[in-house]
Amino acid sequence: MRRTVSCFFTALAVGVAAPVFPVFAENSATDEIAKYRQLLADGNPAELWEMRGEELWKTKTGPRNASLEQCDLGKGPGVVKGAYVELPRYFKDVNKVMDLEQRLMHCRMTLQGLTREQATKTPFGSAGNPSDIEALVSYITAESKGMKMAVSTAHPQEKRAYEIGKKIFFHRGGAHDFACATCHSTDGQRIRLQELPNILNKTNAQQAYTTWPAYRVSQGEVRTMQHRLYDCFRQQRFPEPLYGSDVITAVTMFLAKNAEGGVYNAPALKR
Amino acid sequence: MANPMRIRANLTGEVVEVKVLMRHDMETGQRKDASGKAIPPHFIQTLVAKCNDKVVLDAQMGTSVSKDPFLSFKFKGGAKGDKITITWTDNKGDTRTDEAAIA
Repeated sequence: MRRTVSCFFTALAVGVAAPVFPVFAENSATDEIAKYRQLLADGNPAELWEMRGEELWKTKTGPRNASLEQCDLGKGPGVVKGAYVELPRYFKDVNKVMDLEQRLMHCRMTLQGLTREQATKTPFGSAGNPSDIEALVSYITAESKGMKMAVSTAHPQEKRAYEIGKKIFFHRGGAHDFACATCHSTDGQRIRLQELPNILNKTNAQQAYTTWPAYRVSQGEVRTMQHRLYDCFRQQRFPEPLYGSDVITAVTMFLAKNAEGGVYNAPALKR
Repeated sequence: MANPMRIRANLTGEVVEVKVLMRHDMETGQRKDASGKAIPPHFIQTLVAKCNDKVVLDAQMGTSVSKDPFLSFKFKGGAKGDKITITWTDNKGDTRTDEAAIA
């Protein structure tokens, strides 16, 4: 009986082709998932969000009846291509480090004249209640596809944001006394069937960061890094972060810088 | 009109492969919301694909098709530049038509 079982496993291992995507743990199940994902990559619903985001970017709206086409995401007014791989970054006009969603909020308020409440409405969409923000982020991030992560920490405020993010990453708190590091600082860990990327491992960190935002099949929506971190906080039983909080920006800065050199490949498709 | 679809049609040899991404909730009517009430059914019932004016696919979808459907099909007899038109109708009477040229 045992001999038959071991033969079966050997056959399985031999039968699995070399993985197309690098995987966190050498595991025939994850190789198959990677192959399945490649087959699915063609029909990623996130493309529909990208289309809607592009339309929202170019549509005149708000009290100022303006589009977002003059929004400066860090590479000059209206330059969307390659903007995401350099975010978060220091913005001179506001004298602070902003991530994409904070900057988008800023542009929607200053260029279009929206109130803070209007500019932060429905950050996370749900059935029957789509999010303009998720659509805009999908469009903007898609314009960085194929480019290498190149976040700078040259400016003292950028360096500070990175250090704060790092501190938060290791800070234990909440009802479970969890830190980000509890789940994300060791190779080869998983929660049930979900692989946990080790953020302190360069390859893992690149793979993790360069695949957000993503259409999450379990949610039926495109979710951004802002949502991912919000959800992590919820899973850690941390206090709920305000949308567009500097805490999220700091952690994002830490993650993005750790992913330096990784080829950006989002919006992706995730469970 | 409901949300736009993304349609891609490619000719390889004699065969045209069409790929369509649709944005639709595809509610079965069986799911319950937080208060325990059933979420009303809302799903695509029919889909018709045409090449120029000829129907190449006539589909009846139902509750087994999941949210944001992706449809891929092949047919022969299409030429580069021909117009692929796709129309879907759902159980609430909502409809959407989009088109793309065969590349």
